[in-house]
Amino acid sequence: MSKFLHALGFTGSITMAIAAAIALPIRHVGIRTSATAEAASTDSPLTLKSVNIELPTSERSFPPGPGADAINNNCLVCHSAGMVLNQPAMSETAWADEVHKMVKVYKAPVSDQDAATIIAYLTKLKGIGSPPP
Amino acid sequence: MAFQDRFLRPATRRGALKQLGAAGVALASGPAWGQTVTTLPLPGGPGERDLTDAFPEKGRMILQRTRPPMLETPFEVFDQGVFTPNDLFFVRWHWAVIPTDINVDSYSLSVHGHVAKPLTLSLKQIMSLPRTELAAVNQCSGNSRGYFQPRVAGGEWSNGAMGNAKWMGVRLKDVLDLAGVKPGAVRVRFAGGDDPVVADAPKFMKSLDIDHARDGEVLIAYGMNGAQMPLLNGFPIRLIVPGWYSTYWVKMLNSIEVLDGADDNFWMTTAYRIPDTPGANIRPGETGIPTVPINRMVPRSFITNLHEGATVRAGEDTPVRGIAFGGSTGVRAVDLSTDGGMSWKPAELGRDEGKYGFRQWSTSLRAPAGNLAVMVRCTNTDGLQQPVAPNWNPSGFMRNVIETTQLRAVKAS
Repeated sequence: MSKFLHALGFTGSITMAIAAAIALPIRHVGIRTSATAEAASTDSPLTLKSVNIELPTSERSFPPGPGADAINNNCLVCHSAGMVLNQPAMSETAWADEVHKMVKVYKAPVSDQDAATIIAYLTKLKGIGSPPP
Repeated sequence: MAFQDRFLRPATRRGALKQLGAAGVALASGPAWGQTVTTLPLPGGPGERDLTDAFPEKGRMILQRTRPPMLETPFEVFDQGVFTPNDLFFVRWHWAVIPTDINVDSYSLSVHGHVAKPLTLSLKQIMSLPRTELAAVNQCSGNSRGYFQPRVAGGEWSNGAMGNAKWMGVRLKDVLDLAGVKPGAVRVRFAGGDDPVVADAPKFMKSLDIDHARDGEVLIAYGMNGAQMPLLNGFPIRLIVPGWYSTYWVKMLNSIEVLDGADDNFWMTTAYRIPDTPGANIRPGETGIPTVPINRMVPRSFITNLHEGATVRAGEDTPVRGIAFGGSTGVRAVDLSTDGGMSWKPAELGRDEGKYGFRQWSTSLRAPAGNLAVMVRCTNTDGLQQPVAPNWNPSGFMRNVIETTQLRAVKAS
């Protein structure tokens, strides 16, 4: 697990740490109308300014129920809950495919027992036939 | 009606909407100011999404996922002009370890692999190369995935995982020439600053054929609509692959690797594959179809000033306008049908900002009282036309069916 989580420092508030300066106002109108990728122009290019931001984190966890601990403890390390909760209702097979993809392809360190618990949780929460929350 | 051929910043947008409203148009209703939730009409749901202002350098976006960020452009933005404002441009990252502190003096791009002279270029060096500008649509492979039926897993986007910007940068070809591509080069592979949380998960990398990489159109961009790009859109530099899906437009580009053989990395061999069939279309459940990496975009078009279910005045001319793009080439025609596709009427095309960008179109329609289904269809300059029936594939890629907007025409009281 040592190779795991070089992102632990990667949390923060919803604020920007340092103003992320955009060098120029957005100039949509009247930039050259020629849309060719040809010849370079001569007017002064942009001046890029360094940026230092903090990304927001999600406070959202999975709804309570049998298996909620397993999914909260394993899955939220790599991604927030929202996109899972935004998924359509899917069959148990489809949920199993998703969980196994996370483990085998994306190397999520989830035990076989937890994977089974997570599949059952998701199938109960968002299986075919279950109403959208 | 004149094209809204310019940007309406938030301060002026209300006034403009009021003006249009006075012309008797039922307007596309976006989220009201201050609204924090929107509902995407995804079949079977769930369609409810938060609207968020929480992301640095970004305006109010539809929240698909907080971490790694996936932010969708609210659709009414596309009615404001052909260039999508930087702060409203969609965002999609694969991995959660994203550098958030970028120093423009120390940032560098490495050019290595099958080259005569490996290079490490500073931003200053890159920006000293000949500069070019190009309008191009950046669209997620899975834009509109939420409308696939049967539904498929993935980012459940509505139609806002796309945007058009004027990109400023340097030709990839010029950078490759500096390093001297050696004979026998086959692919060029790109990687950026993002990393997976789990260290042995596959780093996000994409590659192009050497001839494509050297075609003079693929750019390394440092400017977006006249400004530096938001960090979440790839600051300080990202790859621009005109006409191709966004998966190739590697953000926060820091590595260009010339390969003398095929690219066997996961993101080319396993992910972002489409069935090798016309329109990437198969029957749900069909198996054994050969796949290829997703590549060129296909034409699309949308009505932007009238939302689904909008009311228009019966017997009166109603302005209709929207955007179209040809995919891998320009727009030849945009046509509308109000009789289920039996007959089509051409729309007037707006100014051509470049073949890879959005093209605004406008027309008007007049309908008797009752329900009205308006279809809009783009034909690109290769003659490729949007299909009547939606495509389907298990990844939810390349949706480009003719869009139909249901309206209701009512007599003026």
